[in-house]
Amino acid sequence: MGWRLTLRPYILIVPALLLTCGILYPFGLGLYYTLFDFSASKPQPDMVRFENYRTVFTQDAFWNSAWVTVLYAVGAAVVETVLGVAVALLLHRSSFVGRVLEKILILPLMIAPVIAAIMWKLMLQPSVGVVNHLLKPFGLGGVQWTDTPAGALLSSIAVDVWVYTPFVAILALAGLRSLPTSPFEAAAVDGAGWWYTFRRLTLPMLWPYVLVAVIFRFMDSLKVFDIIYALTEGGPGDSTVVLQIRAYLEAIRFQRYSFGISYTIVLWAVVYLAAMVLVRHLGKIQRKAAEAK
Amino acid sequence: MTVRKRLLGWLADLALILYFLFALFPIAWMVILSLKPANELFSTYFSFTPTLDGYRTVLGDSEGIPFVRFFVNSLVVSVGAVVLSLVVGLPAAYASARWRFKGSENLMFTLLSFRFAPELTVIIPLFVLYQKLGLFDTYVGMIWVLQLVTLPLIVWIMRSYFADLTPELEQAALLDGYTRKQAFFKVALPLVKPGIAAVSLLAFIFAWNNFVFPLILTSNEAQTVTVGALSFLGGDRPKYNLTAAAALVSVVPPLLLALTIQRYLVRGLSFGAVKS
Repeated sequence: MGWRLTLRPYILIVPALLLTCGILYPFGLGLYYTLFDFSASKPQPDMVRFENYRTVFTQDAFWNSAWVTVLYAVGAAVVETVLGVAVALLLHRSSFVGRVLEKILILPLMIAPVIAAIMWKLMLQPSVGVVNHLLKPFGLGGVQWTDTPAGALLSSIAVDVWVYTPFVAILALAGLRSLPTSPFEAAAVDGAGWWYTFRRLTLPMLWPYVLVAVIFRFMDSLKVFDIIYALTEGGPGDSTVVLQIRAYLEAIRFQRYSFGISYTIVLWAVVYLAAMVLVRHLGKIQRKAAEAK
Repeated sequence: MTVRKRLLGWLADLALILYFLFALFPIAWMVILSLKPANELFSTYFSFTPTLDGYRTVLGDSEGIPFVRFFVNSLVVSVGAVVLSLVVGLPAAYASARWRFKGSENLMFTLLSFRFAPELTVIIPLFVLYQKLGLFDTYVGMIWVLQLVTLPLIVWIMRSYFADLTPELEQAALLDGYTRKQAFFKVALPLVKPGIAAVSLLAFIFAWNNFVFPLILTSNEAQTVTVGALSFLGGDRPKYNLTAAAALVSVVPPLLLALTIQRYLVRGLSFGAVKS
């Protein structure tokens, strides 16, 4: 093998590598900034070493944000998984209604999350919003959707569910359609009931697909920003200030750059750990799929 | 048995219809809101005289919000980001699918980690950097940062398409006297064309739908529709009809494109992990 052959793949990835470095550079720069007290009021910063991180971890605001973020991510991921798998199972029956509706399943997913949040904000407005108008006959005309701490968090999760349930449903449906038919035929011959078949056959075989969807959703909701920014801006009070919103407020609104970036670095570390798990899992599933072929 | 089965079938259809009511009602309601005249905004819900005034105002820039320009900006930066990612990403995807070599997996996982990195980790330093470099509020600045969205998607999915191609086709072409370059351009590339088209559209949609990059890295010149639509909510009087019209106008391109790539969505959304 000549040197040109050995080098070829490297030459092919050089442009992508350069671009990747172009993105890694600001990341490294950010990491560097966190060791200083750089802010708009202090453009000539001093080295403070790990002081920013110490402040982050000793702030109640951080632990509040971390808690809100976990509540949001777990809540959204759980509801989306259950609802998404349910929708996939119903669509998999392939009734006439299902075949028609399947064609428009993806619509909410393709709407920008921030636009979705704007749409829901208009609908959830307590006095003139359409949701309370429709609920009036049921005696629920005055719900303060985004104006109470619990309501604001639940409303944000609801918007997340509205946008991303199709994501889980699409992946689960693809999984259902790729399952082998023979075990199900055998179960039917043996007279197995629906619930037994679902629990012992469908769910275990479908699980890898669902897991991919769950991990994607969980990790994406850990870094939620758009939906909350447009719907509640973190309020009322601090009730929906997830970590990325907190970082935004610190770095952009209050212009404490170093401190704001420290927040995102902490979040990045959490997400990175979760990503390692995902990557391992994606590889496993791809290998399994290749073996099945 | 059959009666029970049919009843269950109806119940299942009913459950589906309920979910789709939840999924589609907000879109339908935005259409209704956007067609309301300003003086009937809050006095009625479903009965009113429909008018296109909302759209005229939004597209006529008469609220001091240059929405048409934002729309053009979204188009320019999204197309620019996808083209750059294709030019840079296709060779990398091909190389990492065809050859096992040192560093390839590292590059791939670094790219994947971009997909999951909290955006602000990169944007806040970029915000400072762009001010210095003069890239703040420019197309170039936006196209650069959008690589965070489009490049990982395109590289990972195209790698899975190239990996599905059996290398024997290219080997046969090489035996026929093709150069390696010709084998790539004349054999491999045409075979993955549908994949390229689908992933480009998907990357375009995600770039278009991005909000946090233009929110922080643009102010007026390069601002996009996602940030623009939000500005209709500001001001003293709530302009619900205009907000709804702006929201609808800004979701039309992604929705239309999405319906054309349904078949490819599964692979695209799962980064090549799940194939349909």
